[in-house]
This record gives sequence, C-alpha cells and structure tokens, in this order.
Amino acid sequence: MINIAAAVDVAALKDTTLLNMGIFGIFVAVTMVIVFRASRNNKTAADYYAAGRSFTGSQNGTAIAGDYLSAASFLGITGAIAINGYDGFMYSIGFLVAWLVALLLVAELLRNTGKFTMADVLSFRLKQRPVRIAAAISTLAVCFFYLLAQMAGAGSLISLLLGISDWGGQALVIIVVGALMIMYVLIGGMKGTTWVQIIKAILLIAGAAVMTLWVLAIYGFNLSSLLGAAVETANNPAVLNPGLQYGKTETSKLDFMSLGLALVLGTAALPHVLMRFYTVPTAKEARKSVVWSIWLIGLFYLFTLVLGYGAAALVGPETIRTAPGGVNSAAPLLAFYLGGPLLLGFISAVAFATILAVVAGLTITAAASFAHDIYASVISKGKADADTEVKVARRTVVVIGVLAILGGILANGQNVAFLVALAFAVAASANLPTIIYSLFWRKFTTQGAVWSMYGGLGAAIVLIIFSPVVSGGATSMIKDANFALFPLSNPGIVSIPLAFFLGWLGTVLDKKREDTAKQAEMEVRSLTGVGAEKAVNH
Amino acid sequence: MGNDAHTPDAAASVDFEQVQSTGQFQELRKRHRSFVFPMAIAFLLWYFAYVLLADYAVGFMSTKVWGNINIGLIFGLLQFVSTFAITGWYVHYSNKRLDPIAKEIRDEIEGHEFDKQGNRVGGVNK
Repeated sequence: MINIAAAVDVAALKDTTLLNMGIFGIFVAVTMVIVFRASRNNKTAADYYAAGRSFTGSQNGTAIAGDYLSAASFLGITGAIAINGYDGFMYSIGFLVAWLVALLLVAELLRNTGKFTMADVLSFRLKQRPVRIAAAISTLAVCFFYLLAQMAGAGSLISLLLGISDWGGQALVIIVVGALMIMYVLIGGMKGTTWVQIIKAILLIAGAAVMTLWVLAIYGFNLSSLLGAAVETANNPAVLNPGLQYGKTETSKLDFMSLGLALVLGTAALPHVLMRFYTVPTAKEARKSVVWSIWLIGLFYLFTLVLGYGAAALVGPETIRTAPGGVNSAAPLLAFYLGGPLLLGFISAVAFATILAVVAGLTITAAASFAHDIYASVISKGKADADTEVKVARRTVVVIGVLAILGGILANGQNVAFLVALAFAVAASANLPTIIYSLFWRKFTTQGAVWSMYGGLGAAIVLIIFSPVVSGGATSMIKDANFALFPLSNPGIVSIPLAFFLGWLGTVLDKKREDTAKQAEMEVRSLTGVGAEKAVNH
Repeated sequence: MGNDAHTPDAAASVDFEQVQSTGQFQELRKRHRSFVFPMAIAFLLWYFAYVLLADYAVGFMSTKVWGNINIGLIFGLLQFVSTFAITGWYVHYSNKRLDPIAKEIRDEIEGHEFDKQGNRVGGVNK
C-alpha cells in the first residue's frame, strides 16, 4: 500500500495547470452565455430576487443542493474523513439530518408568508422596523462569514490546483473569482445565479458519482475491503471508530456536541437557503424542492464516505496532510490518482465552479436583504419604487463583492471549516428561534424577537472571539496572544439555547401585545397559501 | 409592486380571525402540528442519541459486526435511511391529509374575493 501512496506525485500536479485553467475557462464561458440568456427577462424586483418565482421544484431543489454543497462539503468533508476517519463522516450526517428541520418546520410556511427575504416572514406580524433591521443585520453577518469561508477556500485550493503558491498570485486569483461572481450576479440576478447552481450541482454530483464507483470498483464493490485498505494505509485501526479527532478530552467531546447542535439547527436558518424557497411558484413546489435536495444531498454525502476512505486508502493521510492545500486536497489528489490530469482538471474546475456559484448565491442574498429590508423598508420608508430598489441591490452586490474579495485575501490560509461552522452557529443562534417562534407561538412579541436575534448573534460572535479558534492555540488565527476564555471552538451549545431562552423571556416580559389579526392572518396564510406571491408571467 | 411585506392581493380584505376560528382551519392546524412536532422531536432525539453514542460510547460504536463494518457506521447509515424515510412519509402525509383541506380553505377565501370585487384575483395574472 505504501508504494501506491507514493504513486501520487504532488509535484507533477503543476504540469496540469494549463489543463485546469482550460476546463475552468470553458465552464465560465458556458455559464456566462446561460446567464446572459436567462437575464433577458429580468424586469421587476420579483424577477431579480426571486427569478420571477418561475422555477419548478426539481430545478430549485437541484439549485438548493448546488448552494448547499459548497467547497466545504466537497473538499472539507472528504478531507476530514481521509484524515480523521469516522469523525469526518459525522459532518455529513449533521448536514443532512438538518434538512428535516427545514422540510418539516420551515420551508412551506415560509414560502407562503414571505416575499423576498427572511425578514419578510419575521416582521410579518411584529413591528416592521426593529425586526426587519435585526433580521437584515443577522442575514448580512451570516452571509459575510459564509463568504469569507468560500473566498478563503478559493485561496487554499488554488495553491494546489493551479500551482500558485505565492501570496500575491493567490490574491490575484481571489480577485478574479470575486470579479466573475460580481458579473454573474449583476447580469443574471436570481435567475442567472440559479442556473449556475443547477449546472454546478449536476457536474459536482456526477463527478463525485464517477469517482465513487471507480473507488468501489477497485475494491470489488466491497465496502469492508475499502475500509480495511484505509486502515492499512493509515496504519491506524482507529480511523474506523469515532473519537479520533474529538475524543481526546472532555472539552473536545463537548465541542463535538456543540458542533452537532450547530450543524443540525443551522441549515434551516441560513438566509441564502431560505431565499431559495421564494424562487418557486407555490408551497407545494417548495416542499418538492426540499425533497429533491434531500435526496441529492444525501446521495452526495454517501459518496463522500467512499471518497474520504478511498482517499485515505489510495492516497494516504500523510501525503494529503503534506500536500499544498493540506486536508482540502484529498478529493483532488484522489481524482489525480484515479483518472490522471484529465479527471483532476475536471474535479478542480467543478471545485472552482462550486466556490463561484456559492459566492454568487450568498451575494444576491445579502444584496436583497440590504436593498429590500434596510433601504426600501427602513431608509426610504417604503417610498422607493421597485426599480430604485433593484438599482440599490445591484450597487450593494458590487460593495459586497469588493468586501468579500478583501476579506478573502485577508482570511486566505485560515481554517475554512471553522468559518463555515461559525456561519452555521451564528445562523442557528440569531435566526432559528425567531423563525420557529413567529411561525408557531401565538404570543410571541417584537421584544422577544429583538432580544433573541441580537442576543443570539452577539453571544455567538463574542464566544467565537474568546474561543481557542481565535487565540491561544497552535492553530489559532492569532497565535501570539491568548484571550481564549471560552474553551469550545463552536459556540452553538451555549448561544443557541440562550437565544431560545431570550426569545421566551423577551416575550413574557413584554407588556405590549401584538396584533391578533396579524397573527391570525400569518397563521392562515402560512398553512393554506392564501394570497401567497404567485409566479410572474411574461 | 410595493415594498411592504405583503402586496394587495386576493386575501387583502379577508377576516383572517374568522377563518382562523373555523373548524376546518383548526382541523388543518391540528393535522399539521400533530405530524411535524412529534416527528421533529423524534428525529432530533435519534440524531442526538447518535451523536452522544459516538461521543461517549466509542467502545460500543467500534464493535465490528461484519468484516470492517462496525456499529458506528451502521448507525450512521441508518441516519441517512431515517432521513429519507421521514421525508417520504411527510410528503405522503401532506399530499393525503394536508393539501386537500388547505386547498378547500384557500378556494373558499379566494372564491369569496372573486364574487365581492367582480374581478379575477389569485390567479396567474396579477
């Protein structure tokens, strides 16, 4: 097995740079043409933010899978399984099971009551101004952390895939990726972005399927033999057991619980996922799209199990760890081992496309939230017309794009998984309690919503700042200082229950009562779909 | 199209409190909640039981059952199976028990609106 591992010559990867760039260039050219074609009908705000609500459930479901299976899922989980074995697999399970929260409790009710953004639903029966501002701030915060993760991931990928290892070169590529993303979103709006997601999801799942079958074929379609080979190459039988990464101390075990909580409760509160439910014409199509995405995402995460252990068996944890790009290089290295430069080129292009598409989805969500919730509803107090609102959204796209490029350059080399888990924890703390309470708890009030959102958001961010991820450890962002007062690297186990508690406390202490007519309207609308936003016909 | 949360539409002048108090709507809400709440609690309990086992019962989860396949892997794959099963179950339940009654209420409200204003609302052309 050792000689097989040596067959992956990392230095030889540099010869494939031109091929990688070529395949990536073709993807960009094809998707640009599609975005241009899709954008010809972008007339109204509903067109720009919600693609005219004209996508079918299966199309939107594929796009949701495209949005969700980010570089962190593909490269991160495969790498985590290859290095940490079973503990890496737990990410897949948390990310998948989380979809049941979205399916059962959120997707359809949200589609029926909202229009463009998460804040539409949260402020439906509460006071518009404070709730909308809080929801917009938490949307922007979650999108920003998620964006940082994607841009930082782009930087570390490039060092492996394109053979660019100097800081300036990587910064240049981050600028190119960011500029491309701004163009997609400016030209295509939600419709163009959705098409890019669909194409990317199909390519990613197809690529992963080919690699999975290939790996299984090598081991005679026997999962047990594959696992045995992974143990042999790693020379460590513990890769098949839980606890290799998180089982070391009582603190790390608690950290694992915290991560598990954030993963399962974060998905249904991610603003860019929630916004996707508005691109379909009815609640029934919203349900169909979640079902479709659960199947696609579940299938993909089953592939990651084989890919991760396949990379461990065929490439070897040591080779992966020392390769440029580190843990994130497991999937590309496995592709290189299996199919040589061509498959590597394809997988690399898909990985780039993934980053590009997810960044585009996040950007349009953040821009919609700013233009629709802060500009149109708060700054101009509902007096701005739809054209002005879309104009503001487009300008916001440019601002967010530039911020993401700068943040990505600064965060380049940081731990990508940390940033993604942070985005999940922030989303679950800041948004989920208010979403659940306002949909299901009749007595919920504005004060409860505001306390829960600001409390959850603040607690999550403060705990992260004082966690070992930021300071005091060998892998911290700031290695020289130590202000890690909070022992866990994921804040979820504290900040999520706190946000639920604050939502309850704020409500019971609130002397003001909310409008019962509005509550009745929201409940009837959410369950029956009466008066829900319809598809736009051209 | 305005910028407020909800546009003037088919449901603008409906007395929602009256609709909310009808037996039909109460039945819809009961059916919805009596499915999604127990199901959400069940899958969350199963998920956290699994996370706790992987966290604190490493020996048990590492027990090999067949070849290199251990209990941890089987439980992990069962999480996939239960997720797919609950998804299918919910879709079946919604199609059979929720959608028909929701459509009845919706048609009643929007049909009523049609009569009162004399123009077509709630259709595809707004």
